[in-house]
Amino acid sequence: MSKIRRLILDVLKPHQPNIVDFASCLADLASDYRIKITVTAVDKMTENILLGIEGSDLQFDNIREEIQKMGASVHSIDEVDVDGMASP
Amino acid sequence: MLFAPNSNLVSQLNQARGIARRYLVTNGFDGALTMLGLMVGFQTAGDRIDLSMAINGCLGAAVALLVSGLSSAYLSETVERRKELQELEGALLSDLTNTNYGYASRAIPIMVALVNGLAPFIISVLIIAPLWLADNNLVQFSISPFSAAIINALLLIFLLGVFLGRVSNQFWLWMGIRTLLIAMITVALILLLEILLLKP
Repeated sequence: MSKIRRLILDVLKPHQPNIVDFASCLADLASDYRIKITVTAVDKMTENILLGIEGSDLQFDNIREEIQKMGASVHSIDEVDVDGMASP
Repeated sequence: MLFAPNSNLVSQLNQARGIARRYLVTNGFDGALTMLGLMVGFQTAGDRIDLSMAINGCLGAAVALLVSGLSSAYLSETVERRKELQELEGALLSDLTNTNYGYASRAIPIMVALVNGLAPFIISVLIIAPLWLADNNLVQFSISPFSAAIINALLLIFLLGVFLGRVSNQFWLWMGIRTLLIAMITVALILLLEILLLKP
């Protein structure tokens, strides 16, 4: 079973929660998640962010669900690092 | 853990605290002044007012304030929150019904309506408490029960001012005196109207 190690997502989010709270909520999903957020565009009610997540085994469905709970949506998956775990 | 409070949802609800605080003071003040007006009216009417009749009248007004506060705040806040949510949904091009925004937009009107309705009701009940105590012979007042209720109302209005002062980081005594002055002006206006309109 392959494991996702790193993701870069293009996300559209409302101004609230701010990126500190947004990152903290995602980081709390697992003990080894590391989050990096870069704001790429700011509009009147929304902002575009590049969300980088690193971890030993990223659960993409959980991450996307948490993002949606905060009122944001994943526009695209821009980068992904996956390690294969094929048994010999 | 069965339920982990979401910090984002908590922060959304925290933002509603300011609105709830504003409604608490606004409608609490409404309730206190309404009861103060009734008490001044009863007091100046003299012995013609039966205590239990006065309690019934005041309780009726208190319940009306409760229902009015609950319904008006719920209706207006629901409309405002729905409008905000729709605007945000339009900007994000997504349905926010099952997000923290959606939950907050449904929970905040209920929270604000409860504060808006219960504040004048509880203050009114506290103001008419001396009438009820006297009517049931639980306390013997050296002054008339209506006068005791007027003093009670002035004290509660002063405390509302103190609360406002604490919230706004202003000198609590000055804010208390300001609200007390408003109450005194109300009493003076009622007495003036009674003198002018109810001349024998």
